[in-house]
Amino acid sequence: MTMSQPLLQVRNLRVEFPNRHGTLLALDDISFDIAPGEILGVVGESGAGKSLTGAAIIGLLEPPGRVAGGQILLDGRRIDKLDADQMRQVRGRQIGAVFQDPLTSLNPLYTVGRQLIETIQTHLPLDARQARERAIDLLRQTGIPAPEARIAQYPHQFSGGMRQRVVIALALAAEPRLVVADEPTTALDVSIQAQIIALLRRLARDKGAAVMLITHDMGVIAETCDRVAVMYAGRIVEMGPVRDVIHQPAHPYTQGLMGSIPAMDEDRARLLQIDGAMPRLTAIPSGCAFNPRCPRVFDRCRAERPELLPATATLAACWLHAAMAEGAP
Amino acid sequence: MTALVQVQDLAKVFDVSAPWLNRVLERQPRLFVHAVDGVSFSIERGRTLALVGESGCGKSTVARLLVGLHGPSAGSVRFDGQDTAEVLKGSQVQALALRRRMQMIFQDPYASLNPRWRVRDIVAEPLREHGLLQDVQAIDERVADLLRSVGMAAADAQKFPHQFSGGQRQRISIARALATQPEFLVCDEPTSALDVSVQAQVLNIMKDLQRERGLTYLFISHNLAVVRHVADDVGVMYLGRLVELAPKQRIFAQPRHPYTRMLLDAIPDIQMSGRARTPVQGEVPNPLSPPTGCSFHPRCPVANARCSAERPVLIVRDGAQVACHAVEEGRI
Amino acid sequence: MNRPASLEAPPGALARFFAGDVWHSFTHSPVAIVSALLVLLCAVSALFAPWLSPHDPFDLATLDLANSRLPPAWMPEGKASFMLGTDDQGRDILSALMYGARISLLVALAAVLASVVLGVGLGLLSGFVGGRLDAFIMRVCDVMLSFPAILVALLIDGVGRAMFPNAHESLAFAVLILAIALTGWVKYARTVRGTTMVERQKEYVQAARVIGVPSARIMRRHVLPNVLGPVLVLATIDVAQAVIIEATLSFLGVGVPPTSPSLGTLIRVGNDFLFSGEWWITVFPGAMLMLIALSVNLLGDWLRDALNPRLQ
Repeated sequence: MTMSQPLLQVRNLRVEFPNRHGTLLALDDISFDIAPGEILGVVGESGAGKSLTGAAIIGLLEPPGRVAGGQILLDGRRIDKLDADQMRQVRGRQIGAVFQDPLTSLNPLYTVGRQLIETIQTHLPLDARQARERAIDLLRQTGIPAPEARIAQYPHQFSGGMRQRVVIALALAAEPRLVVADEPTTALDVSIQAQIIALLRRLARDKGAAVMLITHDMGVIAETCDRVAVMYAGRIVEMGPVRDVIHQPAHPYTQGLMGSIPAMDEDRARLLQIDGAMPRLTAIPSGCAFNPRCPRVFDRCRAERPELLPATATLAACWLHAAMAEGAP
Repeated sequence: MTALVQVQDLAKVFDVSAPWLNRVLERQPRLFVHAVDGVSFSIERGRTLALVGESGCGKSTVARLLVGLHGPSAGSVRFDGQDTAEVLKGSQVQALALRRRMQMIFQDPYASLNPRWRVRDIVAEPLREHGLLQDVQAIDERVADLLRSVGMAAADAQKFPHQFSGGQRQRISIARALATQPEFLVCDEPTSALDVSVQAQVLNIMKDLQRERGLTYLFISHNLAVVRHVADDVGVMYLGRLVELAPKQRIFAQPRHPYTRMLLDAIPDIQMSGRARTPVQGEVPNPLSPPTGCSFHPRCPVANARCSAERPVLIVRDGAQVACHAVEEGRI
Repeated sequence: MNRPASLEAPPGALARFFAGDVWHSFTHSPVAIVSALLVLLCAVSALFAPWLSPHDPFDLATLDLANSRLPPAWMPEGKASFMLGTDDQGRDILSALMYGARISLLVALAAVLASVVLGVGLGLLSGFVGGRLDAFIMRVCDVMLSFPAILVALLIDGVGRAMFPNAHESLAFAVLILAIALTGWVKYARTVRGTTMVERQKEYVQAARVIGVPSARIMRRHVLPNVLGPVLVLATIDVAQAVIIEATLSFLGVGVPPTSPSLGTLIRVGNDFLFSGEWWITVFPGAMLMLIALSVNLLGDWLRDALNPRLQ
């Protein structure tokens, strides 16, 4: 366990969407930390709220969504209450963002070099020549061959995987302390995906940046992350070191999730399936949000919502582990 | 006993040239994409053949060729002995009879159901189109049966697609595909757009249905783990060609073609076994200008001079078919 | 037959509409409500003119030259029974307005309907079939767009009159409606073609092809319901434009026959009296025309925003 101050601290984050039917609570009491140089994976299925968490941290929540409670601290400083201008400065310099679709993340009308240099000069005190050298260096670090030539090309002249590398270079241009990557490999082929994952890992290590990797793909998490948070219906249900969450999942949802992934090393006649579906935001059950689908549900689950409690090797929001937390003999 | 589906030297060429006026004014040549470039395989009744490959390999085009959404540029597709292209161009009655026996499930659960139609009409459309049932009550009962067989409720027939989740819509698509009691189902990435736990539900249903009804599947996917779960035989495609074709156990235990090995290596290691992996090189080339000879040679660790000049054919090695000079020459 | 509670009939179309976002947007938009009320007012007074108007301006027996050129009722020489004054023959302006609006609206609605049918039909065909047919129809559209609308209408009108010089009045109406329809169909064709091309690629259309549904039926039953959305908005705004084109043509004397004066005719007739001080004979028809066009346009604007899912 690292002793350094965590770079990102999220405390009891709540995100709401008011609409004419009422107010939808999309994120409910999310808390986690990321230390410098650490890669935290945020995994969950559609509707779990993982992209919203990333958007809230970057400050790009789409209105009418808004942060309704809790705190987001970057290096000890609160960033959830900043105004648009201040947030914009933080966003480029301290936080870099990588999104899913490289096609729409880059402006098709400007060369790659211009976009890179513009970002660099906005946040760092470099002149044009220095910025250009830095841009070429960034492209080289992200594995783009012949960067001196390619810096003058337009996004459409790059393939999907190459474009995503450019997006990563752009995210790292101003030497951010935190990188938020939302499904960076989902739109890519499997072989390219492996390359991008390796790149993210290497860059995080080399630059000591903290990375928040949001994805639905457990395999990517296994390859890339140090710790992982599993989200369900706007809440974190399990959190811990990657190896432990994958091999010893303590929360029934995580267990179901791991069981339903087809494995490469064994044959199973049937995949484990979790009956039902994730509840819609308008119909989240009281108590534990997973209780209608849980094979091990009991009365307390329906009445009280569990906090993250220490289980064998991870933290799980499940009353099954209450005994351990309360120090039962 | 002949196989239910036999594909011989199937090819499909798409004309992606600029419009005529542009070509004349800008003096551009005509452009063609060989989406499918000489593919042959067969599927026995009751078995599942999976076609895997990355984007641009032509597996979706093969799927569409098999159900007649495209006509082949060369080669043939034979279903139960009949040439499908000829039958579909022939008499309406025979074309419909053929269509009744094979159906398709698509990738995108949000686009595969007409948003303005109720589920009842969507699932009943094949019944009405083929004149299988006339009586409204009989149709409603059959629709309810079909919905129940995919794990949904009869009351869902009254609703619209937007009231359902992705996994449920995919199940409605399966119910629609089963309406005419087909023998052969082509599934084009049916679970790629679904969450993992929903995918598990849909895959379980598909396997159950296959067992109960003796269905034959062609299963297209880019996800090797899913393929491992559902397939009996696996074909690996690269840039429109079949590079390896083998029973599932053999392909996963002993991949022969360098591309198959690269694909298997690239799969993220969830079990974190820490197995040694060779790093992946390069990217899929532009299909408009494929490499000469073996299309994989620019990325292949064991390519030689012959590989860039001569296109390899499928040869049989230990119960698998592989198209690779290095395998033929015994180099790997 | 007993139906379990879970099989209760789902809310019908009307109930769903009133619970939906469109109605909610309507009830919360003052502009939409006001313009809808205005449109309703004009439409009702126009449609029911024979029963609602205080006088019948076309019944020669009731006309009295003694009542001619009376100003509106609130002016010194006006009479209460002629709210907006009378023209040089003693016809009540208010009644003439209502009858005129009736003609204008009926012609405009008929023209827009014809326009929609023609445009949507050709657009569907063009988008679905593609290839040479598509290229041909689009070239026809391009040619039509290079003519100003009024010119096209004048051309067809003139040709029609030349061909049938002694034609019955209803033929004159038909030619007029056709002329206006032919100025407007291109935008429907283009819009529908675009959305058809998008929908054609979608998997539910391919699923229908795999089932074996013939192309014509796919076009009609699958694609058509999904491409009509933008058409509604266009048609609403088109009504306003059709009213103005008809008024222009009638003003020029080549629109409706003189025995059934529309608002345009009234404006033209009243124009002659403008400078002799009897302004009301031309101003009120003009104001009515403007009111109709404005409120229909505002309604169309609201409809476009209400139907756009991204703005909600």
